[in-house]
Amino acid sequence: MKEEFNIISNFIEENTRVLDVGCGNGDLMKFLQENKTKDIRGLEISKEKVQNCLSKGLTVIEGNAESDLKQFPKSSFDYVILSQTLQAFLNPELVINELLKVGKKVIVTIPNFGYWRVRLQLLFKGTMPVTENLPHEWYNTPNLHMCTIKDFYNFCSTKNIKIYKSIALKKSRISEINKSNLNYKNLDSHLGIFLIES
Amino acid sequence: MNKNIDTKKIIISNPLKLDCGKEINNFPIAYETYGELNSEKSNAILVFHALTGDQYVSGKNPITNKDGWWSYVVGENKPIDTNKFFVICANVIGGCMGSYGPSTINETTGKQIGTDFPIITINDMVNAQYELIKYLEIEKLFAVVGGSMGGMQVLQFVANFPDKAKLAIPIACTSSHSAQNIAFNELGRQAIMADSKWENGFYSNYKLNPDKGLAVARMAAHITYLSEKGLQEKFGRKLQDRDSLRYGFEADFQIESYLRYQGSVFVDRFDANSYLYITRAMDYFDLSKQYKGNLSDAFKKTKTKFFVISFTSDWLYPTSENREIVIALNSIGADVGFVEIESDKGHDSFLLDVPSFLKTLGDYINSTYKNFK
Repeated sequence: MKEEFNIISNFIEENTRVLDVGCGNGDLMKFLQENKTKDIRGLEISKEKVQNCLSKGLTVIEGNAESDLKQFPKSSFDYVILSQTLQAFLNPELVINELLKVGKKVIVTIPNFGYWRVRLQLLFKGTMPVTENLPHEWYNTPNLHMCTIKDFYNFCSTKNIKIYKSIALKKSRISEINKSNLNYKNLDSHLGIFLIES
Repeated sequence: MNKNIDTKKIIISNPLKLDCGKEINNFPIAYETYGELNSEKSNAILVFHALTGDQYVSGKNPITNKDGWWSYVVGENKPIDTNKFFVICANVIGGCMGSYGPSTINETTGKQIGTDFPIITINDMVNAQYELIKYLEIEKLFAVVGGSMGGMQVLQFVANFPDKAKLAIPIACTSSHSAQNIAFNELGRQAIMADSKWENGFYSNYKLNPDKGLAVARMAAHITYLSEKGLQEKFGRKLQDRDSLRYGFEADFQIESYLRYQGSVFVDRFDANSYLYITRAMDYFDLSKQYKGNLSDAFKKTKTKFFVISFTSDWLYPTSENREIVIALNSIGADVGFVEIESDKGHDSFLLDVPSFLKTLGDYINSTYKNFK
């Protein structure tokens, strides 16, 4: 978690305007508020988590990214963050498009379904993968659209979305993703972190 | 009802131009304060009351001898902690707890003003209360807070005085009264005006009171403050002090008895004409219309931080209407937080013991106060 926060924080310039979509209990918001910028908002679907955030004095709106991002004007944030939630949306493509409208830049992090530990479970156990990062069983997972680092990388190039930076994370080991090491990073990383722009 | 209430009062000598075109001056504003203003004058919170509220937010209400109307929220160690904050609440103009209203005595005639009182609006109420803030010499409030009609005043206050509050918390309210809201208010007004003792609003000249009409108005309104689920759970079809139906029109059911009681205690503390005037002010409230149909423009000049709260079972000022305020604020990049609190207590949730509401509100106010310091 801490590594992911650090990488996201490094992507962000100081004193900019940030929106954290799916901000949960506001841990990343708090982290960025202490390290980067005071001007940070959150959007979260769970009432309980929204209340936790508000209790900490964080500016958070209860809402659904799929329907409520529309209310923000175009390019109204310098950065919009979507941390490990893309796979939970009914329509991830629509959400990405909305994020790219609202934010000048977008940071997306992806739990990588191409990680070898995940692949091995399906290959050898023949069951849907359950890992530290993806702890749910098939029957109760909120994750509807799992993808791999490679899937997201290819998605961006198909849709003409510019990838500014892409980082792969394995435990606490950080490395850059590029075209030539894509297959390897896709196999050997549990998380991909992308800085993109439309 | 202005029964020689021994209340804190100031006389506003500045003329106040009302929306209806008339001008008032030398009029009283009754108010109450709780806690102490700190030396930097940075801890003041102005609370706006709802339709039938008054300045007695907390502690014992000296008129009714009951707890203040927002005792769950305001007081020592409460979400708005009077150990920390200086809380101000004024009776709205048009009201009947000491501020200028239809039951105020006209000094030349010695009689109550009655329906000669001018029509007032939420805007007028807020402008009058701003005079009190000036009198108290508070340059900037820490917060303006209110539910229902109090929330409407919060919105109007920030629109009128964009740099006078750091934080605004409108709760369970709307930026414009809906057809349904107006319909229920009209029902109440018609009940009062249909009472033969109303005498076109000059009942006090005849030593009369349209109690029956006012009680019916209150009963009808009270239903709108609750939820179907809440009513069903609390009352169902339970009978009142009897084992079987009496085959008549007495209060057989507990809900009937409850509503009759609510009506009867209300007439002891509230003036029928005030009810007409204040409901009218609510009906006339349409903040976006004041800004040529663009609600966002009402908040364009402000840096005030907003926290909007609604309740799941509130069908009088539903979440969708509260959300419209949030959307208008977001569309201009204002600093706004929003949550819909789970509660089956209907619109009245903001006045009642709803723990997740009280906790979120209190924590938010306290951490925001710390952050502003």
